[in-house]
Amino acid sequence: MIFWQLFLVYLKIGLFGFGGGYAMLTLIQADVVDKYKWISTQEFTDIVAISQMTPGPIGINSATYIGYTAVQNAGYSTELAILGSCLTTFAVCLPSFILVLLISYYYSRFKNNKYVEAAFLGLRPATVGLIAAAALMLMNRENFIDYKSILIFGAAFILTWKYKVHPILMIFIAGIAGLVLYW
Amino acid sequence: MYWTLFITFLRIGAFTIGGGYAMLPLIQREVVDRGWISKEEFIDLFAVAQSLPGIFAVNISIFTGYRLKKIPGSIVCALGTVLPSFLIILAIALFFTQIQDNVWVEKIFKGLRPAVVALIAVPCITTARSVKLSYKTILIPVVAALLIWQLNVSPVYIILAAGIGGILYGMYVKKGKI
Repeated sequence: MIFWQLFLVYLKIGLFGFGGGYAMLTLIQADVVDKYKWISTQEFTDIVAISQMTPGPIGINSATYIGYTAVQNAGYSTELAILGSCLTTFAVCLPSFILVLLISYYYSRFKNNKYVEAAFLGLRPATVGLIAAAALMLMNRENFIDYKSILIFGAAFILTWKYKVHPILMIFIAGIAGLVLYW
Repeated sequence: MYWTLFITFLRIGAFTIGGGYAMLPLIQREVVDRGWISKEEFIDLFAVAQSLPGIFAVNISIFTGYRLKKIPGSIVCALGTVLPSFLIILAIALFFTQIQDNVWVEKIFKGLRPAVVALIAVPCITTARSVKLSYKTILIPVVAALLIWQLNVSPVYIILAAGIGGILYGMYVKKGKI
């Protein structure tokens, strides 16, 4: 049952994931954390942190990790958990395959299509809202446990925004800050 | 040829940290400079891959593979792109579930989590700027975020509404422009 649900959820994420990795986070969180509760908000945040530090798109990283963790948390063996990670990774790529193949046939009609262009008049601003929702949904008691969390958030925000500190470096700094502040 | 395609996209998948757009210069160098696809065609593919849902790097690798070797080519290229992240994350998942209750790891992640939220908040602002929101269109992301965050509306409905809304706007309000 969990395998079928994981497959459908990641198929949906692959099919509606407009606007890149960060916008996709909202879709992932809505189902994986809020609806099916396969993992906690904390675990989800940890996956995003790990994704930032490892190569590859965040969509693939999260699919693989959640496929594994969800099956394992449901009490299945490691082998089945690995199967779960294969399944979610496959499911998130499947819509891309179908769409790219379809569009390759109708390429000239899709390119500069006025309806596609018009749809993006709405999709582009909505993407901003999706990313905002991803950040807001993570601002809860699980991730912000005390005033130190708010301090780290503020510092990380300013360093990334104003001083363009690379995300990987930022994660390292925050990890060290965690060790020092929660000694 | 399949082997070359696979190795090329494996390299693209293994050496780009930070997702799709960070991969772009590398993909372009590998694919265009080898003469597999012309520069103009690559720019076209980029535009189409960008307007498709799903993972950008996967979309562009499927496109390139299909251009060169039809369906088998697209499978080989997608596998190459996905495999490095898949293997690395699987290794981490196997390992991390064993150490995540360690006190030191917990301390590190207590520090990491708020920073991750900041790492998502910043692209939200930079995307808002690049989209050039006006005082009217800014309502779209604000309403979308509130609906998802406070009322638990599925993001799928937001995406559908935004896409259909865009088409209707183009058809009836900006008539003639599309």
